Amino acid sequence: MKHRPVQDVSSLPDLAFGPRMTTWWGTLGFCAVEGAGFAMAIGAYLYLVFINGQWPLSAPPPDLLWSGVFTLLLLASLWPNHLAGKGAKAQDLPKVRRTLVIMSLSGVALLGIRVFEFYGLHVRWDQNAYGSIVWLLLGLHTLHVLTDLGDTIVLTVLMFTRHGRGKRFSDVEDNAFYWNFVVITWLPIYVLLYWLPRM
Amino acid sequence: MSELAAGKDVLRDTDLGDAELSARLARTWGTARGIIGALSTVDHKIIGRRYIFTAIFFLFLGGLAAVAMRLQLARPESQLIGPDLYNQLFTMHGTTMMFLFGVPIGEAFAVYLLPLMIGTRNIAFPRLNAYSYYVYLFGGLMIWIAFMLNIGPDTGWFSYVPLAGPENSPGKRVDFWAQMITFTEVAGLAVAIQVIVTVFKQRAPGMTLDRIPLFVWAELVNAFIIVFALPAVVTASAMLIMDRLVGTHFFNPAEGGDALLYQHLFWFFGHPEVYIIFIPATGWVSAIVVTFSRRQAFGYLPLVLSLIATGFLSFGLWVHHMFTTGLPQLGASFFTASSMLIAIPNGIQIFCWIATLWDGRPVFRTPLLFVIGFFFIFIAGGLSGIMLASVPLDTQVHDTFFVVAHFHYVLIGGNVFPLLGAVYYWFPKFTGRMMSERLGKWNFWLAFIGFNIAFFPMHITGLMGMPRRVYTYLPEMGWGNLNLISTAGALILFASFVLFLYNMVTSARSGPLAGDNPWDAGTLEWATTSPPPPQNFDRIPFVTNREPLWAERETLPVVTGLEVNKREILVTTVSEARADVREPSPDPSLWPLLAAIATSITFVASIFTPWAVVWGGALVAITLTGWFWPKSEEDEE
Repeated sequence: MKHRPVQDVSSLPDLAFGPRMTTWWGTLGFCAVEGAGFAMAIGAYLYLVFINGQWPLSAPPPDLLWSGVFTLLLLASLWPNHLAGKGAKAQDLPKVRRTLVIMSLSGVALLGIRVFEFYGLHVRWDQNAYGSIVWLLLGLHTLHVLTDLGDTIVLTVLMFTRHGRGKRFSDVEDNAFYWNFVVITWLPIYVLLYWLPRM
Repeated sequence: MSELAAGKDVLRDTDLGDAELSARLARTWGTARGIIGALSTVDHKIIGRRYIFTAIFFLFLGGLAAVAMRLQLARPESQLIGPDLYNQLFTMHGTTMMFLFGVPIGEAFAVYLLPLMIGTRNIAFPRLNAYSYYVYLFGGLMIWIAFMLNIGPDTGWFSYVPLAGPENSPGKRVDFWAQMITFTEVAGLAVAIQVIVTVFKQRAPGMTLDRIPLFVWAELVNAFIIVFALPAVVTASAMLIMDRLVGTHFFNPAEGGDALLYQHLFWFFGHPEVYIIFIPATGWVSAIVVTFSRRQAFGYLPLVLSLIATGFLSFGLWVHHMFTTGLPQLGASFFTASSMLIAIPNGIQIFCWIATLWDGRPVFRTPLLFVIGFFFIFIAGGLSGIMLASVPLDTQVHDTFFVVAHFHYVLIGGNVFPLLGAVYYWFPKFTGRMMSERLGKWNFWLAFIGFNIAFFPMHITGLMGMPRRVYTYLPEMGWGNLNLISTAGALILFASFVLFLYNMVTSARSGPLAGDNPWDAGTLEWATTSPPPPQNFDRIPFVTNREPLWAERETLPVVTGLEVNKREILVTTVSEARADVREPSPDPSLWPLLAAIATSITFVASIFTPWAVVWGGALVAITLTGWFWPKSEEDEE
């Protein structure tokens, strides 16, 4: 079939940010999948609360100290994360490097605090269904912190090499976008794990 | 031209004549020769072909398991197959058909056809696509190898607790089942995301929402269902394997767990799963009905809205699989009502297809025959479905062959018949050759007659009280003759598949050449050669109509200005499909395969030690880093 040119696209950009790029939508897709996973685990938690009546099952409620510190630091990380996204959009390499280093360090600190948080649960996963679901939810969220930290560290190193330009800025922005998801999903889990048993 | 290519200047499609443009694009988008090239490919057509081939291979394996069961049930007190092997066979049959065939086949067609139908050069995230295929393949092989080693799962395709729990199913059989879920769901979710992003962002300019082909709509809705349904079964199987391997108590009532929690999670996935199997088939049906009616779809908008409505409603039905578990009456009534409600959008679709055929000039070639077969069988299955939506009737026939008859009418009618039609329809595009019409007609009639002989009597055996999943029965029950008839039908049905295979193999070798558009169809995949070149299209089409090739019979409007020596795709806006960005598309890479191998090692090893999750996770992280690390100057652009 013969072709009839009707539009020329050579002047279009080859780099853009946010929803104009496919990767942003892919990241959103993964957020949807993982969000659905969180929703299922949260549903299972509430189901177990409902059928048992008494909650938590034969264990004191988990400690508020380290979980509180974790939550505050996690919320605080939203600020450098926002700056990383903004810096990426402006293709401001020094700013991106700086904020990515801060984000990597925050991630490491958060994981460290998370270890103490597990100790403060006062229940093992194999003790009863309460312990199982608490470990599942906390473990699931920890996995998200861990994977995003891995991604952030790789990106940080990348931005200090000669590859730190062009499409990588868009990747930094998507990574910052994903971190918001990690923070937002924590909030309902935090309430469920730490405050629901006290109600 | 060659100076341009060698120099720093950018070479665009406007700089070249048709023949040279085609050749150069084929080089840029091609897959290298040799084994490394084949394993590194990111061409959606090559991966799509592998996906389709593998899913059909598993269909045959699942079919063989069914034939073995039917031979055992052909007469009472048969000693052909013992109870243990029989348990493994029905589990492998269901598991294979649902997870290794049913979900992947719809996605497999999307992987191959979607980019062609919407006028782009590759699927979104092509490396993820390669990874997804390998993970699916390895998961399927794992479960079948386990079966051959006599450690095949034996607790049914849903592996209910407490039967599948640590106390009642010691050993590794159920663990293999649970990890098979993990494999296939990772693969399925990855493709779903690719499909959504491809449809949202890579449609050819001009393909506004109301010009998206119905097949593409079906795959899009299907992808959304997958995104929200599959996490439920992953959660269920993860909890199951943790109960079995690390001593959690999710489903252990003695420690505050609950067996019904498993059923809720499983069926929250399991009911949408029926639509994950059916909805892509509606896409095949729409494409075939439109092409062979020689007119645009009657009721495009109601068809699209019905698809979306079905997608939503499919999440509100799961409890009808649990009517006999002692649910509160109000809940049961609600789910009866919602189960009947979903018949409405499905009915609308069927009326629209019939109206399209009615008002068109139907050409009864093999693909359309299979669609007609689908109407009869699927509607019969829908009618027994409405019967089962009623709690008293369901309670009576629960776990009998009536239910087996019902869902085989729905699933084989709703998926396999359209699939066979779809293969006959798109085979010329996949291979460049037509399948034999004569064998196709034999194929159809053998399948249609064989299917009904096999499954219709099961309604009656079920009403007579024959339960599912029993390896044999006593002669006094009086089920012998009906079972013998069913077995005869199953053998005829299987023969039709052997004929189908024979037709594919011989036609691929020596069928008549197809040309670009043998059916004179209207959608974009027919605008390119058969089989399509690596770049799909030499220039990206500009879409002016829902059936672009019917609207533009003389010349195809196209956009120009993309680079030739670099993989570049045209990204468009979500609703209006206006050209927006020229985005680079990834080159071939071996890393997706390595990542899939690392993933598979992790999944399989975790059956034997939970620590595999830790060291396996590290292994996966290394391969993913290798995957994403830029390799060349082009990667940085």
